[in-house]
Amino acid sequence: MTQQPASANEHIASVAVEKVYLKGNHKVPVLRGVHMSVQRGEFVSIIGQSGSGKSTLLHLMGLLDKPNVGEIRLEGQRVDDLPAATRDELRNRVFGFIFQFYHLLPELSVLENVLSPLMIRDSALTYWRRKSEYQDRAHQIIEQVGLSHRLKHKPSELSGGEMQRAAIARALIARPSVLLADEPTGNLDGQTGRDIIDLLRTLNQEQGLTIVMVTHDESIAQQAHRTVRLCNGLVQVLSDAA
Amino acid sequence: MYKLLLCLRYLRTRYIALASIISVMLGVATMIVVNSVMSGFATEMRTRIHAIHADISLETGSLDGEPSAQQHMALIREVAGQYVESMTASVEVFGLMHFRRGGQWIPRPVQLVGIEPESKTLVGPYTEHLDSYKTIREDGVVVRQPLRSMNDKPGWDLTAESTAYRKKEKERERIFLKHFLDQQQEQEPLMERKPKLEGDAPKFEEGAPTFENEVPEPKESQAAAVETANATVADDSQPTIQQVSAVQPAQEEAPNRPKDDPFKAQPFVQQQFNPDAVEPSDPDGPYRARVVLGAGLVEFIREIAPNKIRIERMVHPGDDVKITTVSAGRPPRPVSFTATVTDIYKSGMSEYDSNLVFCNLDYLQEIRGMMDPQTQERAITTVQIKLKNYNDAKLVLQKLENVFPSHLYSVKTWEQKQGPLLAAVDIESAILNVLLFLIIAVAGFGILAIFFMIVVEKTRDIGILKALGASSRGVMSIFLLYGLALGCVGSGIGVALGLVFVRYINEIERGLSLVTGRKVFDERIYYFPSIPTDVNSFTVFWVAMGAMLIAVAASILPARRAARLHPVEALRYE
Repeated sequence: MTQQPASANEHIASVAVEKVYLKGNHKVPVLRGVHMSVQRGEFVSIIGQSGSGKSTLLHLMGLLDKPNVGEIRLEGQRVDDLPAATRDELRNRVFGFIFQFYHLLPELSVLENVLSPLMIRDSALTYWRRKSEYQDRAHQIIEQVGLSHRLKHKPSELSGGEMQRAAIARALIARPSVLLADEPTGNLDGQTGRDIIDLLRTLNQEQGLTIVMVTHDESIAQQAHRTVRLCNGLVQVLSDAA
Repeated sequence: MYKLLLCLRYLRTRYIALASIISVMLGVATMIVVNSVMSGFATEMRTRIHAIHADISLETGSLDGEPSAQQHMALIREVAGQYVESMTASVEVFGLMHFRRGGQWIPRPVQLVGIEPESKTLVGPYTEHLDSYKTIREDGVVVRQPLRSMNDKPGWDLTAESTAYRKKEKERERIFLKHFLDQQQEQEPLMERKPKLEGDAPKFEEGAPTFENEVPEPKESQAAAVETANATVADDSQPTIQQVSAVQPAQEEAPNRPKDDPFKAQPFVQQQFNPDAVEPSDPDGPYRARVVLGAGLVEFIREIAPNKIRIERMVHPGDDVKITTVSAGRPPRPVSFTATVTDIYKSGMSEYDSNLVFCNLDYLQEIRGMMDPQTQERAITTVQIKLKNYNDAKLVLQKLENVFPSHLYSVKTWEQKQGPLLAAVDIESAILNVLLFLIIAVAGFGILAIFFMIVVEKTRDIGILKALGASSRGVMSIFLLYGLALGCVGSGIGVALGLVFVRYINEIERGLSLVTGRKVFDERIYYFPSIPTDVNSFTVFWVAMGAMLIAVAASILPARRAARLHPVEALRYE
């Protein structure tokens, strides 16, 4: 496979990414050379069967994991080999994550969960100084996802859709440029799922967020600008990879 | 920021962590209480020992002593005069004391100390420890006011009460003896006397320290006693009460006398040294030899009812006791004398209270033959020195060692004299501290286990935090902070609890006594009106710090484990 030149508008890309997991002494190849490029402001969905490596690809793009071979590029720059502290910083500032199981912190209220990326970013003192600014920003974003009435509630007191909205608000608070969504509708019923997708589309359209969404649901995937199909750790339709 | 927030939330929501807080708290509180009470007791003990020994004591190697007090003191003043506040000379020798109780002469080995009370009290507390200067309390109620005021100079006089007591006892003795002698003169057979003596027997069983049951020792028959002293002692081992009620009167009666009262049987011992001291001119008056007895020698604790004790005193001021010691010179000969008890000494250190008998110095010197017949110089064995400032002790010690030859004298501070005891107390408290600290260490392992559990429980949350950009160090510090918080809260509450406990320890003791019905801390056994405590802020600080340190140390391993979790695996964790 030839290496594709990065286009000027390329936001995030995986280049010849291979990932092998070890299960005991057994090597299980998950990704076997995946090329994928996402343009700035693009809404891409990755579809594939379970075990096809779509979640792994997302984790690699989000710098949660390191590829064995290949590289991850952010705005044309290789980022996967950066030191841990820098990758932590990038995760905090550039990427917003949305998970299938929402992954909210059960001890914190909705507002605190939404604010948590900012708490992680700043030291206690800086956070304290900018607290009111952050609070305003959080209120605004929570209103945007339609959860204003649930500010003080704990995640356990929310419905699935509300939890996912809270998770989206948390992903947005740090003003990321890339939103990585791992089966955001996987645990929701049809209508709620469609609402969430609508919310993502709105964010994509209005704020120009680059969104990479992993799903196994064709109809959900259709909502994106483009669909990349993964099968056995390879991009199935090469033209999709562009 | 998230670290603090999560710490606080975990602290509030993880109830399992309460268990570790409580264990840290209990450990800290226990250490503080035990340390305070132990150091309270130790401080009190040191004060008391110090009081008995004075700052520095200069002792002769031999029992014969060296003449004279004035010369020794002059030399001490010459070499270290500017440091010395006061001095007192004394003669210390071992001895044997007999006192009469229930018809028997009971022996006690004693440390006989000849002192001059007036200078003795300048060197260390002496009058404070005398019974006649104390207010006597029983179960917190004052049962007797001091018989002398603190301003009275200590001497060898009997108090008015003791004189009255002595007169009464003598009177009773006389009446009884008179009656007994009258009967004896009638030459009635003992078979007929027996019922009368048996009638007296119950009194003996009551334990009343009276002389009635004793085979009487009439002064008039003293000569007869001396004569029979050389007669074969038929059955020495038999108790007196049996002998009194024995069937054969004549043969049994006579040998008993010298056995019961060997002192009277050998009056020449006293006469040889000090003829005028045998009998006071006033038949009821005190002897010339006066003694102050350690309380432990003549007192015992008796349980009069369940959980109710009383201190019984076998010898009272005003009674007479027999003292035997050795004379100076070679070979030493035993010397015995009768002395009148003027007071009871109770310092609160049982080791001394059950050993010491203070005696008037001049009499002891005379009867031991420590007086030069020509020069009238009196020998002494010990000079006790009180310093103006105890910090100078080392210097003074050196100066004294330079002038007093070491083969004749030993110069020691009170701490050196009691070195092994003080060292033992220190070691004891050190060991106790180590053991108690193990309690906190156990609490530490509790934290370790609980934290591992929390880390496993929080695996997914750790993954989320890492996904949101938290660094491994950040995640680690959450758990370290959490450990520190547990330690802080635990030791904080523990310190508060411990201090409150120490502050109200006497109230708590009283409450415990009420609940259990048993007196936990009896002042009459421990000689303390209340439990002495001494809170050392240094100790409290280090106990608290140690507890926090252990809490943090215990959280290191779980925290590292949390930090090393792979975010993707952590997120997948169900």
